Amino acid sequence: MRIEGKGLIARDHRVSFTFDGVRYSGFEGDTLASALLANDVRLVARSFKYHRPRGILTAGSEEPNALVTIGSGGRQDPNVRATVQELYDGLEARSQNRWPSLEFDLLSVNNLAAPFFGAGFYYKTFMWPRAFWEKLYEPMIRKAAGLGALSGQDNADCYERAFAFCDLLVIGAGPAGLMAALVAGRAGADVILADEDARMGGRLLAETYEVDGKPGHVWVEEVLAELRAMDNVRLMTRTTVAGAYDHGTFAALERVSHHRADRGAGAPLECYWRIVARRSVLAAGALERPVAFRDNDRPGIMTAGAVRAYLNRWGVAPGKAVTVFGNNDDAHRTVRDLMAAGVHVAALIDSRHDAPEVDGVQMIRGGQVCGSMGGRGLEAITVRRTSGEERIQTDCLAMSGGWNPSVHLTCHMNGRPEWRRDIASFVPVPGAVPGLRAAGACNGAFSTAACLREGAAMAAAALEDLGIKVPQVATPDAEDTPYALEPLWAVPGKGRAWLDFQNDVTVKDVKQAAVENFRSVEHMKRYTTQGMATDQGKNSNVAALAVLADATGRGIPETGTTTFRPPYSPIAIAALGAGAEGKGFQPQRFTTSHAATVARGAPMIEAGLWYRPSYFPKPGETDWRQSCDREVGYVRNAVGVADVSTLGKIDIQGADAAKLLDFVYTNMFSTLKVGRVRYGLMLREDGHVMDDGTTARLGEDHFVMTTTTAAAGEVMKHLEFVAQGLHPEWDVSLTSVTEQWAQFAVAGPKAREVLNGVLDTPLDPTEWPFMSCGAVSVLGVVARLFRISFSGEQGYEVAVPARYGASLFDILVKRAEALGGGPYGMEALNVLRIEKGFITHSEIHGRTTAYDIGMGGMVSAKKDCIGKTMSQRPGLEEPGRECLVGLKPVGQDGRLLAGAHIYREEAEPKRTNDQGYITSVCHSPTLGHMIGLAFLADGPARYGEIVKMVDGLRGVTTLCEVVNPIFFDADGGRMRG
Amino acid sequence: MRITCPHCGERDHREFYYKGHALALERPAADAGEAAWDDYVYLRENPAGVTRDLWYHEGGCGAWVVVTRSTLTHEVLSTEPASEARA
Amino acid sequence: MDNLVAKSPCAGLLPLTVGRSTATEVDAGKMTMVSPRKGHAEALGKAMQSAHGLGFPAPNSAGTAGEVRAIWFGHSSALLIGTEPADGVREAAALVDQSDAWAVVRLEGAGAEDVLARLVPIDLRLVSFPVGATVRSKIGHMSGSVTRVGEDAFWLMVFRSMAETLVHDLKSAMEAVAARG
Repeated sequence: MRIEGKGLIARDHRVSFTFDGVRYSGFEGDTLASALLANDVRLVARSFKYHRPRGILTAGSEEPNALVTIGSGGRQDPNVRATVQELYDGLEARSQNRWPSLEFDLLSVNNLAAPFFGAGFYYKTFMWPRAFWEKLYEPMIRKAAGLGALSGQDNADCYERAFAFCDLLVIGAGPAGLMAALVAGRAGADVILADEDARMGGRLLAETYEVDGKPGHVWVEEVLAELRAMDNVRLMTRTTVAGAYDHGTFAALERVSHHRADRGAGAPLECYWRIVARRSVLAAGALERPVAFRDNDRPGIMTAGAVRAYLNRWGVAPGKAVTVFGNNDDAHRTVRDLMAAGVHVAALIDSRHDAPEVDGVQMIRGGQVCGSMGGRGLEAITVRRTSGEERIQTDCLAMSGGWNPSVHLTCHMNGRPEWRRDIASFVPVPGAVPGLRAAGACNGAFSTAACLREGAAMAAAALEDLGIKVPQVATPDAEDTPYALEPLWAVPGKGRAWLDFQNDVTVKDVKQAAVENFRSVEHMKRYTTQGMATDQGKNSNVAALAVLADATGRGIPETGTTTFRPPYSPIAIAALGAGAEGKGFQPQRFTTSHAATVARGAPMIEAGLWYRPSYFPKPGETDWRQSCDREVGYVRNAVGVADVSTLGKIDIQGADAAKLLDFVYTNMFSTLKVGRVRYGLMLREDGHVMDDGTTARLGEDHFVMTTTTAAAGEVMKHLEFVAQGLHPEWDVSLTSVTEQWAQFAVAGPKAREVLNGVLDTPLDPTEWPFMSCGAVSVLGVVARLFRISFSGEQGYEVAVPARYGASLFDILVKRAEALGGGPYGMEALNVLRIEKGFITHSEIHGRTTAYDIGMGGMVSAKKDCIGKTMSQRPGLEEPGRECLVGLKPVGQDGRLLAGAHIYREEAEPKRTNDQGYITSVCHSPTLGHMIGLAFLADGPARYGEIVKMVDGLRGVTTLCEVVNPIFFDADGGRMRG
Repeated sequence: MRITCPHCGERDHREFYYKGHALALERPAADAGEAAWDDYVYLRENPAGVTRDLWYHEGGCGAWVVVTRSTLTHEVLSTEPASEARA
Repeated sequence: MDNLVAKSPCAGLLPLTVGRSTATEVDAGKMTMVSPRKGHAEALGKAMQSAHGLGFPAPNSAGTAGEVRAIWFGHSSALLIGTEPADGVREAAALVDQSDAWAVVRLEGAGAEDVLARLVPIDLRLVSFPVGATVRSKIGHMSGSVTRVGEDAFWLMVFRSMAETLVHDLKSAMEAVAARG
């Protein structure tokens, strides 16, 4: 029911919305919750476990009951708190966790079966039979007990992430936060003031207090106007600071577009901020706690502060005859505000016998509400007093068990709040988050004047830390009433008294946990599931703990408390991953030949961040093997061209460049002549192979190292570690030149012919023997040529500045095609190297040594190198190790599979008989059958032996012959020719 | 977590690659013996308190940095370039 | 007759204007990575000063002298842009041609700072990042270089092969900033 003349809503801006298909109207400035209450909608949800009818309990982000689904399709947003959702024209909200409808929910049979669903229900019931859990129990529970659902469609909204920096972050814009921001702003500090609400002001918007002699919300507007005018202050509304992390880093979620009917093209729905603040003031306020009594979850029962908020901020009376039930003076304000607004207050029930008098209302001192009646909403309550029980007709009960400071962020770095007996609450321990100071209600200071004072004082202290001069800012006048309460957690009696509304946990559940010896607060929480849902126990933690303390005969401080982890309120995964979806997941690296390659229809495969062609299909080819075999044929019989720019290239210069290479490679590089290239093997310090590649000596003090595509980053890091960490005295500079050069392999018997077509001076074969390198001129451009081969054919790699890469690729391919060759992809490249027994990271997979790959002789005896000492451990060199061999099937048609294991021909294929495994296989078009590279125990001594390959996963067994891993042109004549 | 790179200043940890204890800078001689090498390659303390470890400013200037920090409070006590750390 | 045709890293991707920010590709000309040889840092600074009119830049700073720029680029290197390094520089430093290695994009306009706040984990507001300031940091998920070249203009550099990702990330951020108005 709307109250004329009350509230801060825009009465001249009426908006229309639907809830469960029914059309209602509200005003701009309403939340969905305030608009529903204004329309007398009290039943808004069904509870998680028992499907009990539930209404709106609070007026803030802590709301446990009123979770709804907003929107539909790809924009469906489940579990939105109606108390946070701002109203806009055309808003469509639906209730959730009910079937078939909110009014008539068949799953509420769970409620009747409640005796079976108590604490520990899952643990006790679904133990047996074990196989039933995944197939039956879990899906069943998920259907019955639950929250809202996702649409199953791709999320149509976009999210963003952003970074912000400031001197002082003020969290919360109530009286304490506003004062802190004002002091810091006037001091000229770089300030961010963040508040989760759409409108700043905190409780000042929900109360009738005056500040500085004017209505609280007017004072708020004046302060905000001043802050807005300051260049050094940023105001972030709708922004929840959700987590506190090391060294002044905070996570914050800004709800950018949830309040807009038209979310706009490109506009993010939410923004996930990482804020780095040199100092911070936490002014997060406090949350009111309910009182547990029988059936205290009926729609119409709310917190007393929420009733005031709906009345004063939104001009809504949540009932026609309101009763107020509390254990503290603050609850009396609700009575006064309601009466002043002309709302009938049926009674004030204060559990304290000595509670102060409130004029004009029937007051029951020392009374306790012990039950509620009604169908899907509150109709009456039962009050117990010494003289007996009494029934009071009422449609709204405002309850208050006191206030809990919002200490959450102070717990995020392992801080444990302390119990304060006088306010029966936990308060933060100073220094729990370095650089953060708590001020106002979240620090246990509940009067408006105390909030203003603390806000100013904490900001001043932060400024002093930073060496910023603190200006004199007068603290405005405000109410300074003491906060008096007498703890009341649960009203004794039969029936179910609810502690955790969201997870349906009752006083009885907590007591039962204690009886079953789950006496630690952490055990109780897990056994009952109290505090585990989206409100994370904001409304129930302290009361549950008090009940546990009582049940175990301990005090609250001795019982301890669970603490809070980030986030303060729920954050969508989409927001956490903002910017990292789709193409934002990781960078894409494209070679200069990418466009031409895609234009030829080549399927691209990812190699790290790079995209490389799998093969280049030709018309008429129906299978990748046809393309691959053809491309292998290019290289073996004519000429093939492949883009090899993705291999890492590191420029190494300096007087000690050769020394560095000798140290990181197992073999010698200081003896390499200028103009020559050498294959090198690199170990990790533990003696296993890290990477391999060729290094060319371009000058006396100048080398260029090639790494594998996969290990380029790792090798650069490794070389920098050696140069900076192990030998900072060496004169050596390392620069990645991977991106500077576009490099193409030209390989095959006609490779020289293709190259001569683009080189300004034809190649003289005597000057360009195998493993030579040097500068050349390619169509007038200074280029580099390396005579190296990964195919076993006469091969060259030609490198030009990357700007010419696309152009050179086209020319080389055209010339190769004219000679009966063409481009080849990764599949053909792989076949060519397997035929030659060349290794890749399939073989040097991190567990193999130089000895294992047949390169033990490459570890030079003349010098130390990384990994040398450890590689000489007996276990890494001893006979019996699995070493590299070739395998070919017995019979032309036998299948080989990578990953398959090898056994003796007659042995049973089981672990204890394991002899090794296959790392790489291909069909060799050159040989006409499959070939494979494998690691086999004592392999090189077993050439000619027949072994058995078994792939248990795919059910394939093949007899194979162990052979030399160089399947083709064993003496390398073709490569050197 | 924020780490002060000796060259770049205070940066978010996302710019850094973590290697491990700064012991990695104390490479034994080739003939130092099995125990010394075992220590160097494999054995690490797991201190509750101050530790020194190596971070690579991979997303920044490329410097290897020795970070002295507390595993208990997460406080970063000092940072220095690895190239000067052994002096 | 075959002829090699040069193609720039962002060819076909830029320019791009969204809201109050514009991204354009920069042809920076010759770019050389300059790393002082051991013990030659001072000599290098002098050589650069006398030959090119600017010294070896201090960490996080970039100098300009006419058309020549020197951007600090790493723990012991700077990028000399817009000129061939002089002989004196050659003697004191290791030089590596990087003219083709980097995509260089100029981002400018009133929205540029807000766009970069979505991509770079560093405070790039004018007050803390004035003209002539530079950083090596992350741009999205890429290692890159950001230099303020004007009151509302930046140079962004990433590996050439990542030009498309840079433009993609910039475009998303520019659209999000523009949509907020």
